[in-house]
Amino acid sequence: MKKAFPILGLLTAVLLSYALYEALVVAPQEQTMGDVQRIFYYHVPSAWTAFLLFAINFLASVLYLVRRNPQTDKIASWVVIVLAVLTCIGGYAFRSALPKDVYPSSVATTGIAIAGLYFLLRKYFSEQGTDILALTTAEVGVVFCTVVLVTGPLWARPVWGIWWTWDIRLTSTLVLWLIYVSYLVLRRFSTSGETPVLAAALAVFGALDVPLVYFSIWFFRTQHPQPVIGGGGSIDPRMLHVLLINWLAFLCFAFLVCWSRYRLERMQRDVEETQALEALLEPGGHVR
Amino acid sequence: MSYLYIAYAATWLIHITYLVTVFRRYSRLKKEVEQLPRK
Repeated sequence: MKKAFPILGLLTAVLLSYALYEALVVAPQEQTMGDVQRIFYYHVPSAWTAFLLFAINFLASVLYLVRRNPQTDKIASWVVIVLAVLTCIGGYAFRSALPKDVYPSSVATTGIAIAGLYFLLRKYFSEQGTDILALTTAEVGVVFCTVVLVTGPLWARPVWGIWWTWDIRLTSTLVLWLIYVSYLVLRRFSTSGETPVLAAALAVFGALDVPLVYFSIWFFRTQHPQPVIGGGGSIDPRMLHVLLINWLAFLCFAFLVCWSRYRLERMQRDVEETQALEALLEPGGHVR
Repeated sequence: MSYLYIAYAATWLIHITYLVTVFRRYSRLKKEVEQLPRK
């Protein structure tokens, strides 16, 4: 895997350069906003990547909490299966209640994908591994969320004439960012042995803000533009292509950054463990 | 047009700043590993 990293890094760099070229040169110019609309190709993929990372953080935190007891681990697995089945059935049963352009199949696919991801993480990550993954995804997610909060006002100023408004989409995104920053502050400065448990509990409640941010423009009247995919929105196919290329590039980049950060955190914990053992084995060291 | 370039530059500035902090943490950790007695 170590040898794959430089190759993947190079491929990601090429993909990011190509995506930048597509966004600045190939994508057609929007008629009313002009070139400033191209901020969208960085703003939206960054938001989607942050949401995905926070979703992984949520699943990893749930796994970390339930794995502390084999009985709750087993119950949680069944709950995930039941929820996935209910999502599939519910999507079709309540199709009339779904927002415009949200198909029952997309609801079912989301339910199955989340359950699948839960079982993948459960299979490939140990208890400590899920804790490290939660920390890693929260950290990288905050970076992407920061990009969203910076590029948004830079687009709003020339288009709306203001940098910021206390609209539900913007405010809930700021709250989301603050929740995960407080999560990172808790992990960084708390010296309690129960810090990972407290952080995991905070992450589980913090993740509730992700659907609120995402669906806020579907269910509330807001100044933020309506969704371009689903939700009654529409987009030029060439623009959609550029948007998806940029998202793919950012996903690859986020994966590599998470991978590096994950390895670093594992190494850090190994060193701390070795240093603690060394301290115990020193001539003056003793176990209380 | 300038807002567009500022937004793109800000995006990469944020990512690069984060990468630099990760790299600095890695360098510090590497020094700590070297200081550990080899057994």
